[in-house]
Amino acid sequence: MTYATQPSNAESTTADTPHGYDDLRRLMSLMTGDEKHSHSATSTLDVLWVLYDRVLRIDPRRPDDDDRDRFLLSKGHGPMAYYAVLAARGFIDEAALRTWARYDSTLGLHPDRNLVPGVEISSGSLGHGLPIAVGMALGLRARGKAGPRLYCLLGDAEFDEGSNGEAIVAAARFGLEALTAVVVDNQSSSLSWPGGIERRFAVEGWAVATVDGRDHSALEAALTSPHPGVPLAVVAVVEPKG
Amino acid sequence: MRDRFVDVVTELLDADPRLAVVMADISVDRFRANGACARHPQRVVNVGIREGLMVDVAAGMALEGMRPIAHSFAPFLVERAFEQVKLAFSHQGVGGILVSCGASYDVAAYGRTHEAPGDVALMATLPGWRIHVPGHADEVETFIREAARTDDAVYIRLSERKNAAAVAGADGGGLVALRRGAAGAPTVIAVGPMLDAVTEAAASFDATVLYAATVRPFDREGLRALVTGTDVVLVEPYLEGTSAAEVSAALSDRPHRLLCIGVPRTEQRKYGSAAQHDAAHGLDAAGLRARMGEWLGAVGARA
Repeated sequence: MTYATQPSNAESTTADTPHGYDDLRRLMSLMTGDEKHSHSATSTLDVLWVLYDRVLRIDPRRPDDDDRDRFLLSKGHGPMAYYAVLAARGFIDEAALRTWARYDSTLGLHPDRNLVPGVEISSGSLGHGLPIAVGMALGLRARGKAGPRLYCLLGDAEFDEGSNGEAIVAAARFGLEALTAVVVDNQSSSLSWPGGIERRFAVEGWAVATVDGRDHSALEAALTSPHPGVPLAVVAVVEPKG
Repeated sequence: MRDRFVDVVTELLDADPRLAVVMADISVDRFRANGACARHPQRVVNVGIREGLMVDVAAGMALEGMRPIAHSFAPFLVERAFEQVKLAFSHQGVGGILVSCGASYDVAAYGRTHEAPGDVALMATLPGWRIHVPGHADEVETFIREAARTDDAVYIRLSERKNAAAVAGADGGGLVALRRGAAGAPTVIAVGPMLDAVTEAAASFDATVLYAATVRPFDREGLRALVTGTDVVLVEPYLEGTSAAEVSAALSDRPHRLLCIGVPRTEQRKYGSAAQHDAAHGLDAAGLRARMGEWLGAVGARA
């Protein structure tokens, strides 16, 4: 399949997109019932929007397309921003947002890939997304599919889970160029990461970048920068969790 | 059994481009020695001593349409990586093949860290897993080939303990009647590698002897059809009583009594050989005969 040309002015709304960036907070309020959202509730919002608006080659009409890019939300906590972006991009109906967290809703406090189109993994227990992404990258490689790219979003506190360390080593040794880890860093790790999370990836041989997690242009540049032969880690720094 | 597992998987790797093996150092030497690593570098994956990653990687490959086999010692595959099994396979809604070795205490000299008498009970807490406990290498081969053909969630428990011969018909997943007692005689169910010891122990009294190499799903219908009396003995080579609820559910509307024999929930802190542990737990023929005889009372007295 062919994908639509990536929009260059991302704050605008593309032709097949129901909503734009300016709608996201209203969409989130359909779930939270609150027009104002804390920094922690929106810590992933800009990264998600840039990914879905400027980076990922995905089509809500074909969420299972074999050639799509894969986005894995490993940090499943606080998925309102994720659901808002999925609604804005046409993967889920806006009406579904109003059912958020109800017994028979498709949208829980942690997302379930079996219930929501376009959700690649069910998450909630921290530290599984990146290891699963390594497996998906190896699966794509074994199938000879060089096109699809994988983006996995983690949080800096999620990074406490040692399973990420296993995945970082393996992804680098296996040369998984198709894989990008995005770590949203709101300085919520209880024991902290002195010197920054970027170092943990760099020492294993990943390409790395640390950027302002609210700066769309900087995020786009980092997320689309070439990294031949190695995986890429982008640390997106946002306001401290408050 | 592990040799057969390696041979069959190697053959299947050559024939089936969906099949992949993910390991954490254990058994990698075997796939290296037979050339499988060199022939299929993208489908024979060693992640080093990282069992959690091993299971997540296997599940990730399954999400991409591959048919992965994750393989290690039972305590590391099932117990250390249990949340990965639960979430990366079951919760994602994809299947895969887990193949363990070491069983309850195959390498008894290694001590408790390499024992996994609780693996089947733990796996049985998850929905949908087919659990095979083969008693012979031929049964291993059958289960591996069958699992590779499907997309199901399958756990295959290899052991160094084995019966002298494979049981014909055990590949169907159901109970196989090896001996039919008189009407009303006790029924003894032997699981996997326990069969030879059970056969010897039960030789001297009237009993129906059934064999199970698949314990989930448990063949409840088969059991209902084959039990003619009230007394049922369940002999499993892992944690005692692991399948007790299955037997009870199968016979829930019939008066019956059940003796469960298996590995007790104790810390032995003993080394030595698996045979010595069998003897200590009463899982050799002499121990089984004594325990069944005592429980069966008058029936056992004739033994």
